[in-house]
Amino acid sequence: MTLTYLITGGTTPDGLQTDVAIDTDGNIAHLGQGLPVEAQHTLDASGKIVLPGLVDLHTHLREPGNDDAETVETGTQAAAKGGFTAVHAMANSNPVADTAGVVEQVYRLGREAGWTDVYPVGAVTVGLAGQRLAEISAMHDSAAQVSMFSDDGMCVWDPVLMRRALEYVKSFDGFIAQHAQEPRLTEGAQMNESALSSELGLAGWPAVAEESIIARDVLLAQHVDSRVHICHVSTAGSVELIRWAKSQGIHVTAEVTPHHLLLTEDYVKTYDPVYKVNPPLRKDSDVLALRQGLADGTIDTVGTDHAPHTAESKQCEWFVAAMGMTGLETALPVIQHTMVETGLLDWHGVARVMSANPARIYRHEDQGQLSETGGLVEGAVANIAIYDPQHTFVVNPTEHASKSSNSPYNGMELSGQVTDVFYRGQRVVADAQLMTPYRHN
Amino acid sequence: MRHLLATRDLSYDHALAILDTAQEMATVSDRSIKKLPTLRGQTVVNLFFEDSTRTRTSFEAAAKRLSADVLNFAVKTSSVSKGESLKDTVQTLEAIGGDAIVMRHWASGAAQQLANFGWSSSAVINAGDGTHEHPTQALLDAFTLRNRLYAQQGTGKDLNGLHVVIVGDILHSRVARSNVWLLHTLGARVTLSGPPTLMPVGVGTWPVEVNYNLDDVLAQRPDAIMMLRVQSERMSGGYFPSANEYTRGWGLTNDRYKTIENTSTIIMHPGPMNRGLEISAAAADSAQNTALEQVANGVSVRMAVLYLLLAGQLGQ
Repeated sequence: MTLTYLITGGTTPDGLQTDVAIDTDGNIAHLGQGLPVEAQHTLDASGKIVLPGLVDLHTHLREPGNDDAETVETGTQAAAKGGFTAVHAMANSNPVADTAGVVEQVYRLGREAGWTDVYPVGAVTVGLAGQRLAEISAMHDSAAQVSMFSDDGMCVWDPVLMRRALEYVKSFDGFIAQHAQEPRLTEGAQMNESALSSELGLAGWPAVAEESIIARDVLLAQHVDSRVHICHVSTAGSVELIRWAKSQGIHVTAEVTPHHLLLTEDYVKTYDPVYKVNPPLRKDSDVLALRQGLADGTIDTVGTDHAPHTAESKQCEWFVAAMGMTGLETALPVIQHTMVETGLLDWHGVARVMSANPARIYRHEDQGQLSETGGLVEGAVANIAIYDPQHTFVVNPTEHASKSSNSPYNGMELSGQVTDVFYRGQRVVADAQLMTPYRHN
Repeated sequence: MRHLLATRDLSYDHALAILDTAQEMATVSDRSIKKLPTLRGQTVVNLFFEDSTRTRTSFEAAAKRLSADVLNFAVKTSSVSKGESLKDTVQTLEAIGGDAIVMRHWASGAAQQLANFGWSSSAVINAGDGTHEHPTQALLDAFTLRNRLYAQQGTGKDLNGLHVVIVGDILHSRVARSNVWLLHTLGARVTLSGPPTLMPVGVGTWPVEVNYNLDDVLAQRPDAIMMLRVQSERMSGGYFPSANEYTRGWGLTNDRYKTIENTSTIIMHPGPMNRGLEISAAAADSAQNTALEQVANGVSVRMAVLYLLLAGQLGQ
């Protein structure tokens, strides 16, 4: 079979220098050192890391309804530039993704854009209102084949409803991704509750509001023998609870955002709403516990919680500012900074938490394909991100593909650049620039 | 110092300079012609996002006694009724022309945003932001304390060794926060008293003592007891079971007042007072109550702040 690309000299996550040959079907045809093959194009990846395409379980693409902040097109362009080949679009669009119609719309927009796979996440409850279950089976049976359900942004706080949701998705091995936030304990909450929130006069968001819901939900998952995924874990106590739940054999998985691995509540002292996010930035001790949890496998994956917002919803009083920060295009450099440069993860570990694990949680078969030893897999779909960890740069959100500029890393110096991305064998990013999207049949 | 945003980061020297200047300004208020020409031709904008006739009037009087022009600009927005953005409002005022913006806002941090985000080139004076700070209130309280202690001989002196008790809703009080930091900077010892539900999380890291038992605290014969106003919304918020129970525990009732009557302990209140709730009529009307002195001193302190910021005397 004809080969389209031969990537030479790069290092796969197992630490081995491995050439990668891609065929016209968009699959990895051959792997090996010094491959004796010829392809239409050859790409020198010497000194770079060749990763399986990254998978983000937590993305806000804002379409339909908030397309002044982001669209499926611009959001997936941002994802591609960040090295992602699959994103999961959260349900808090307008209208909410709580029907087969809306999830199919998002799915179709993703396929038309062609920059990454787009998997819509279905709402657990109608309108994210926490009152009654959305038509979960209809969303699963739709063209979008939704298996992940979340009211992200809102907590499924009613314990009975949460129990029912966990039970209901068992019929197709789906899972519920919980935004763990006890609503009564966080009324009007603006930032982490601490001595600093008291000083700044901002209503606090206590750790217990997150931890009490996690404690409840792992017990519910155990009781009904279903799968729960904890979104954006942000406290040391949450890590401990999840560690305990896993030790009990409970089917719980968890994610952490790049910003919770790097930033602390100290940034709130500026009252700059770019640092306003849900869950809030916490303390140093939480950051360290989250890093440790990600390193030891308690936390399974990094989810960006990429949350684009228009300038006007951030250039205002802290109290009225929108919550959330962009993250797709800075995720890998932040993980390099917080996890690799600290010695907590090697590149095999990075490939696991940013690609293989999230793909496994969703049961994707054509994403996150990684061998036991951290190599790529022959015959796998060619979803590949090539990363230059040496490149240093100063973050400038106006250069991002995302429509929005609410990056908390603005002006920060980081290392690492995604130089090339292959999505289903199509080179969608070359030399860190967007190329031509993949055309689905 | 270009702005006055908070007492948290107000240096000892700047705080003392403001108090000493206020001392001079107070003499102006005692004259028959209560006016200085110092700020003639300058414009002070009172930008109030929250009603406060007292504070606005005090700033207005202060500015006028320094011969500044005053523009009062009241904005009816709230966290629920979104209107013009703070940025747009301020830039509109800039276009009209102002040298200082005195801002009261319901959002914590609004004054700091105004000063730091490049929305305005004016000097910014925080006249109360959310539950964060109210620095001129703390400065006028400190000035009142110093006057009671040293009368006219206060110039150059701090509050070293004084024991001040702040009673009530510390959690939601910008007055309490500003007072804690400033009193600490000036060397006073601060005790907070009130129901535990109204103490901020992490208060243990503040430079204060916390004593939930007000009677114990009063028995220590503090130099001043500052009674905070109980906001009506706290009653329904479940912070304490009933107004009666609050008063029994933390009100300056007649019985409690009798334990400090005719002692040197002064009674302070930022006003307006809820008689019968946090303070009894007898305590409110006693000679130990400095509430009216505080109002008069407020004008002097605000004159000092305007003068130092606009005439550029505070370490450019």
